[in-house]
Amino acid sequence: MEFKVPTMAELVAAGETPEILFWVGCAGSYDDRAKRITRDICKILQHVGMKYAVLGTEESCTGDPAKRAGNEFLFQMQAMTNIELLNAYEVKKIVTACPHCFNTIKNEYPGLGGTYEVIHHTQLIQSLIDEGKLRTEGGESFKGKKITFHDPCYLGRANDVYEAPRKALEVLDAQLVEMKRCKSNGLCCGAGGAQMFKEPEKGFKDINIERIEEAIATEPQIIAAGCPFCMTMLSDGVKMKEQEQNIQVLDIAEITAKANGL
Amino acid sequence: MIAQILFILLCLGSIALFAFNFKKVVRNIKIGKPGFPTDRSPERWMTMLKVAFGQSKMAARPIPFLLHLAVYLGFVIINIEVLEIMIDGIFGTHRVFSSIGPLYNFLIGSFEILAFLVFVSCLIFFIRRNVLNIKRFNGIEMKAWPKSDANYILITEMLLMSAFLIMNAADAKLQALGANHYISAGSFPISQYIQNLLPANESTLIMIERFCWWFHIIGIFAFLNYLPYSKHFHILFAFPNTYFSKLYPKGKFNNMTAVTNEVKAMLDPSYIPLDLAPSKFGAKDVQDLTQLQLLNAYTCTECGRCTSVCPANITGKLLSPRKIMMDTRDRMEEVGKNIDKHGIDYQDGKALLDDYITREEIWACTTCNACTQACPVNIDPLGIIMDLRRYAVMEESVAPASLNAMQGNIENNGAPWKYSPSDRFNWVQD
Repeated sequence: MEFKVPTMAELVAAGETPEILFWVGCAGSYDDRAKRITRDICKILQHVGMKYAVLGTEESCTGDPAKRAGNEFLFQMQAMTNIELLNAYEVKKIVTACPHCFNTIKNEYPGLGGTYEVIHHTQLIQSLIDEGKLRTEGGESFKGKKITFHDPCYLGRANDVYEAPRKALEVLDAQLVEMKRCKSNGLCCGAGGAQMFKEPEKGFKDINIERIEEAIATEPQIIAAGCPFCMTMLSDGVKMKEQEQNIQVLDIAEITAKANGL
Repeated sequence: MIAQILFILLCLGSIALFAFNFKKVVRNIKIGKPGFPTDRSPERWMTMLKVAFGQSKMAARPIPFLLHLAVYLGFVIINIEVLEIMIDGIFGTHRVFSSIGPLYNFLIGSFEILAFLVFVSCLIFFIRRNVLNIKRFNGIEMKAWPKSDANYILITEMLLMSAFLIMNAADAKLQALGANHYISAGSFPISQYIQNLLPANESTLIMIERFCWWFHIIGIFAFLNYLPYSKHFHILFAFPNTYFSKLYPKGKFNNMTAVTNEVKAMLDPSYIPLDLAPSKFGAKDVQDLTQLQLLNAYTCTECGRCTSVCPANITGKLLSPRKIMMDTRDRMEEVGKNIDKHGIDYQDGKALLDDYITREEIWACTTCNACTQACPVNIDPLGIIMDLRRYAVMEESVAPASLNAMQGNIENNGAPWKYSPSDRFNWVQD
């Protein structure tokens, strides 16, 4: 099947309405590693035949890093501009690739006039599995592989989504191992709160190293992620520990796409 | 008769002193901006029942949970006994509730068992704090006063429980001797074992019994009046504090209305703001925080669960969420004392930011919410950190250089990195 990503502008011009808007996010748009996840989410959507669209060049930062850095002005400027666009397109339902975008649009946009049904891509994958639309067949087998899932703070603690990513992994028949600090006790990768964009303060260790050591202790073949920032921090950690040969860091969407041969 | 008058005076005196100090605490909380949430009342009551009464969040750490549960139940239930002591003290009666019959024996027996459990738990707590090297109790903010404070509380509780049990032992022995005034009442499952350690002489026993009785009640009054100076306010404030818990998802940070007005006016010149902008964006000092945030600070009992799960603290950064709460309280009390001494408008030239909490601390936060998740009484250190950041960024334009660059990028290209918006959809071709 030809890989084609419809934009909102195209669909509207053709008089069509998508079932869901895929909010790609800045990392998913510009970061090389995250772009692969973006494309896999599109492949999944295309594979199940869901009518979706992206905003393309019309998309802009949700304002999350500005808000967490304390710049409420910049956040609200971004938010209101985005809301205006989303409302103009009469968007009802949004899936995001990034838990930070997910949290911001779901929780902080409604107060500024933007109310949508917002889900994270792991929730979308879970519901597609539940509906029988995704069967994890025809692709790479993960049977018996040791996988540990790192909970993104803004998906887990911030929004109580713990089961969807795990459900997406359970169907693989893989061996799921939990880190000591998981779910509501999960340890941050170190990138949240705008830390992604600055050097850490002085300490005796970087947070992602603390986390990767805990992940490595479970002796996984795959560390599963659900956030582009976690992806960066965890991949860096694996590199620092010189474990690239033994451990892959993959997003739930990538794993799902691989399992379905997409 | 003299004893009764003395007792009544002691009662009134300590209650008056507590009321006086408590009023100051309330005044200090009112230094903050008003705005306690009042919506979703049934849900708030449920949260208070679950988290404060039911101690649901304590269960995450089973050993401290069980020990604390014993002290908590002991505190609440043994207070029925305090009621009897009060009545006896005022009217000169002895074991006035004993007329209720067999139930009284059951009650006294239960109090004894609880008192014993409280004693043992406090002893274990004391050992945990002072002998076992538990990281949670040894942060930089836990030196000097906070460390002694915790020990004073534990020692007092152990002394109070000892006095209660020795009092019962002497009483039971006097009952057996048929001493005048000491009616046969109560059952003594614990203190029976210390009876043999006491002398057999009736007058000495009466002295011991009276001493313990007075020591116990004076100790309770002293403890009540120690509360305003100690970290121990959580025994009262845990309840209102959990009632006012954040009920929406942890990831939802408040949208500042004042900013919304300005942004709307910028985007639409015809927009007329609903209310005037505040004098300040974010928080520099305790006056800029909300009363709820200040109540949070008084509620903190410095257990350190927040700090022990904080990714920044774990990896050796200066940030400790517990210190954020302790600093907020210390500064609030300082401002309160200034008001007492110099009047309401006095400025001491100090502020919460920089004089108590440093920039290095606030910028180390990953906003991961591990601290708010861990707090057994739903305190929100993250909210304070965010308000301090907001002040630094919006009022002073002072942030780590790389964060300024990130903000510049969002402003100019709609992304935190320096990429052109026209390249945003290039991922589709790669």
